[in-house]
Amino acid sequence: MGELLMQQFGSECWNRPEKPCPELVACLQAGPKCGTDPARGEKYRELTARLRREKIDKPAIFIGLGTCGLGAGAGKTLAAVREYLAAKSIDADIVEVACIGMCSSEPMVDVQLPGRTRVSFGGVKADDVNALLDGAFQGVFDPKHLLGQFRQVGLEPYVGTPYLDEHDFLKLQTRWVLANCGVIDPKRIEDYLARGGYAALAKALKEMTPAQVCDEVERSGIRGRGGAGFPAGTKWKFALNQTASKKYIICNADEGDPGAFMDRAVIEGDPHRVLEGMAVAAYAIGATKAYVYIRAEYPLAIKHLKLAIAQATEYGLLGRNILDSGFNLEVVIKMGAGAFVCGEETALIHSVEGKRGMPRPRPPFPAVSGLFGKPTVINNVETLANIAAIINNGANWFNAIGTKGSKGTKVFALSGKVRRTGLVEVAMGTTMRQIIFAVGGGPAEGKTFKAVQIGGPSGGCIPDQHLDIDIDYESLKRVGAIMGSGGLVVMDNDNCMVDVAKFFMDFIQRESCGKCIPCREGTRRMLEILGAITRGRRMEAGVQALERFRGVMHLQDLGDVIKDASLCALGQTAPNPVLSTLRWFRDEYEAHIFDRHCPAGVCTELLNYAINAETCTGCHSCAKKCPAEAIMGNVKSPHYIVQDKCIGCGTCVSTCKFNAVVAS
Amino acid sequence: MIPIEVNGKTIEAKPGEILLETLRRNGIQVPTLCHMDGLPPSGACRMCVVEVEGRPALAPACALPVGPGLKIKTHSTRATAARRMIVELLLANHPDDCLYCTRNNDCQLQSLAADLGVRQRNYAGLKNDYKIDMSSPSVVRDPAKCILCGKCVRVCEEVQSVAAIDFTKRGSKTIVGTAFNEGLNVSSCINCGQCIVVCPTGALTERSGIKEVMAALADPEKYVVVQHAPAVSVTLGELLGVKPGKDVVGLMTAALRTLGFARVFDTSFTADLTIMEEGSELVQRLTTGGVLPMFTSCSPGWIKFVEQFYPEFAPNLSTCKSPQQMMGALIKNFFAQRMGLEPRKIFSVSVMPCTAKKFECGRPEMTQNGIPDIDVVLTTRELAQLIRMNGLDVNALEPSGADTPFGERSSAGKLFGATGGVMEAALRSAYYLVTGGEMAELKVEAVRGLKGVKEARVQVGDVDLGVAVVSSLGNARRLLEEIKAGRKDLHFIEVMTCPGGCIAGGGQPLGAKTENVRARMKALYQIDRDDALRVSHHNKEVARLYEEFLGKPLGHKSHELLHTHYAKRDVIW
Repeated sequence: MGELLMQQFGSECWNRPEKPCPELVACLQAGPKCGTDPARGEKYRELTARLRREKIDKPAIFIGLGTCGLGAGAGKTLAAVREYLAAKSIDADIVEVACIGMCSSEPMVDVQLPGRTRVSFGGVKADDVNALLDGAFQGVFDPKHLLGQFRQVGLEPYVGTPYLDEHDFLKLQTRWVLANCGVIDPKRIEDYLARGGYAALAKALKEMTPAQVCDEVERSGIRGRGGAGFPAGTKWKFALNQTASKKYIICNADEGDPGAFMDRAVIEGDPHRVLEGMAVAAYAIGATKAYVYIRAEYPLAIKHLKLAIAQATEYGLLGRNILDSGFNLEVVIKMGAGAFVCGEETALIHSVEGKRGMPRPRPPFPAVSGLFGKPTVINNVETLANIAAIINNGANWFNAIGTKGSKGTKVFALSGKVRRTGLVEVAMGTTMRQIIFAVGGGPAEGKTFKAVQIGGPSGGCIPDQHLDIDIDYESLKRVGAIMGSGGLVVMDNDNCMVDVAKFFMDFIQRESCGKCIPCREGTRRMLEILGAITRGRRMEAGVQALERFRGVMHLQDLGDVIKDASLCALGQTAPNPVLSTLRWFRDEYEAHIFDRHCPAGVCTELLNYAINAETCTGCHSCAKKCPAEAIMGNVKSPHYIVQDKCIGCGTCVSTCKFNAVVAS
Repeated sequence: MIPIEVNGKTIEAKPGEILLETLRRNGIQVPTLCHMDGLPPSGACRMCVVEVEGRPALAPACALPVGPGLKIKTHSTRATAARRMIVELLLANHPDDCLYCTRNNDCQLQSLAADLGVRQRNYAGLKNDYKIDMSSPSVVRDPAKCILCGKCVRVCEEVQSVAAIDFTKRGSKTIVGTAFNEGLNVSSCINCGQCIVVCPTGALTERSGIKEVMAALADPEKYVVVQHAPAVSVTLGELLGVKPGKDVVGLMTAALRTLGFARVFDTSFTADLTIMEEGSELVQRLTTGGVLPMFTSCSPGWIKFVEQFYPEFAPNLSTCKSPQQMMGALIKNFFAQRMGLEPRKIFSVSVMPCTAKKFECGRPEMTQNGIPDIDVVLTTRELAQLIRMNGLDVNALEPSGADTPFGERSSAGKLFGATGGVMEAALRSAYYLVTGGEMAELKVEAVRGLKGVKEARVQVGDVDLGVAVVSSLGNARRLLEEIKAGRKDLHFIEVMTCPGGCIAGGGQPLGAKTENVRARMKALYQIDRDDALRVSHHNKEVARLYEEFLGKPLGHKSHELLHTHYAKRDVIW
């Protein structure tokens, strides 16, 4: 039973577990809404402060237990913290938060002492717990782990300790969607309510008509964060203007791009923000049923979401007659099997209907005829997570930041060859260079930046010379990439761009739904051609060399037709990884094709191996391991490789203890 | 009318129309591989893509609603290049065995490749290594030749509501397959062969019986007889260069005789017999409080459909065997006795518009002492091939008539070939059986035509008979659901598996257009209009058969030879 439902604030309070007060949200956030007892106001403010953990009686230890944290060992850290507290008989609260987005600093532990600000620590493995907590309880912070302290009004800060929001990773960010992620306990609706949660829903239901909500969202200029960037408010209006017996909202949480995990983190870390956005959207178009289409590979997100739906229903914020407004909304979780194409909205609809996830031609658009033939609005998680703030603060607040065509912020999942990886939420208009070099810290020591892949398998690679472009739907298109859902994979000089293209083509040809011919057959042919380019000469038989040359000529043609003629967005963008690398890194393709050489040394079949006679000790171990018996030589004298026999597997390189085998 | 600009010229489009329809009406041909008239666009093949002014990508004509200001180019370099590449991509991993393919010279992929000038192998893809599924007695599936246009899947699911096949696996490994990739024989396939009719390539074909028939004809020990279904004579011509809608029954009979069949019987004879039995059964059910509504049982796809999806309706099926099987039973009994032949020496062939008949003749109920009543079923297509194979010029033959004792037919029996025909024939005779008189107007307009569901109320004596005629099992399923939900006003329902009835059966010419089917139907109505004998109950040979052998309708002999029973059938989904 939700703890606020049990609360009764004096005899005048209407709030009852069986019938929550419709003013509950407003009351909690803006003091008592009714009654005359002055003590009640005080009681309210104290309650809110406690729920926000601004007022605590005993130490609180926050542990980042999102999927990424758990992957980094946060589970063991949690156990170690428990052990520590038990051993020292310290009475402290352990708060299980989700991910703040600093992946490279996981596992993360925050410590807050009564009256003092909360302090964040990164890279806290189980072994580090004892020393770290020993210090933290004394106010002494190990600089190796210290990330910074929170900025909290009314609490005493630690002098000389940097603030977390000044951390290199965070200082350039504008955290709207991620505001609560890693800060609050996502399993408690009270945490969300105390931070202004569900105020937007209450406001929309009480003060706005559905058309006004659509208007506000349209004026805010927010565009779909799932990739295509269609104005959300316009989409809602289409659906609102349809007359139908039933309408649906679907939250698209089928995040499938390799290297993208924004949606998962938001749902794990702040599920109510998404639910509130859905409820407002449903009200705006007149939907009474909402689905969250989420991949089954996200068990933790699903768990948090289920809990959040149950809690919101208990509080009367979902379900029948929400906040006494007469508006009903049922939210259902629909788990997908993880097909990439099911992120495409018509395929997603088929999947929810229990059919095979295959796209169909549009029109009719889902807003006219969608799920079960009814008007349906499908919004991405991040889009919906922005809605509450737009309603609360108004369209002008939202569109005050951003570029001409792209307003608000965008969350990116930064990964690959940068020093600091994680979730980055920046204002539209921030440059790509800022994200990679300022937020991410650039490539590691001694490495040089080569390209950033944005938009996953549908996106493209952006080379160094274009890094100063603004993050904006249109400008990204101009350099052959797309905003996509927000995956950013950084590559340095160790990455081969042909290999990268091959990776994405392999992904796409496996994930194509198989319906339309250009996408199904074309992507496979492109992969086969890329395979031929990276295949060593030793492996080529018959006319394969000729076919390789011819195939290369066709790569661009194939890409153009697949883009031009495919049925859905998956196919229409499928050749982007190849086309953009061809555009910016043609020299690498040419090196592979004509020189039979991989400049980054990634395509192993193209490497030539030789033994340095000066460093070779004649130990003979490489000759013993060589599967092709291509290495000759007498024991204790330098060996050599017979090139005609060598199959280029590289076994000799990894076998040699003296670094005598050289690949080039 | 909305003016739109196509290739620089203004043409008129109808409001609410899809561009493809406008183009076709105006004589502008864009190729399609996946489009199916009457079903929502699939958008899978992308062959019909056109250039639309103001759009960054090409758009499929099959899914583009026309609107004011639409400017398109149907055959721009860009659109044609995309089409050519699509065909090239399909050919990249297609088996290169056109000369050995049943669809050689009759393949849409082949003709598109020729039309688009694909004369060089630009993409050498890896060939798929898929096994041919020969498990079904009716349909052979060769997934390697499948181009995944999805028409078979759609006709099976959206028209027939059977869904025995669907897409499985993903990406470039996608194939059309059965549940758990088991054989078609253990699937819910009802053998209707509509998938074969819509298949653009050789991925779906009938299981051929030509070899067996040729062997039997060459065997001096065998007495080979043949029967031909009512719908065959009005379609066979299309495969032999005759224009659609011409009845070639005389030439066909002559051809069959020339091919060496000892006797040529007309299945329309047993259609008349069916009417006597089924009509009597209906009257009996009506008068003795039997299970109603009664369903016809001539269409073997429908029978399997009931057995596996609606076994609770099995008692509603008429117990009559289909005309083919009645004929089969009579040939190996009455005819064999009359001729002094051993049943096992008789090789009984039937020429049907149907692939499900191949399944039907193998049902254990359709054998006696281990000898099948019908040995081999040939489709209309196979007969045409047999004729070509034997070098017959049908136009040079002298038309001839069917043989006694199963040669006479009424035009009512002939009407069995079109949807509503069984109903019309049955009503004519039921009226006679009940009232002893003839219907004033023999033509029952309400049950004629190509509509999928037709209903009528007919006064037969004291009974106000509620009748319905459905073709396609999707329509049948909807009607069954209505009856399950409590509908009670119907007494007699004709169900044909294939949309339009046997004239559009799974064994008929491939890829037939609606106007061809309409012409075939018209041919049958023409025969009925001009015939002297238009009711089954006045067929003299049928009457003689009752006199000399069967006794009376629903009598002991009839039950033994002409009736059967149906039971629940388990299939893998």
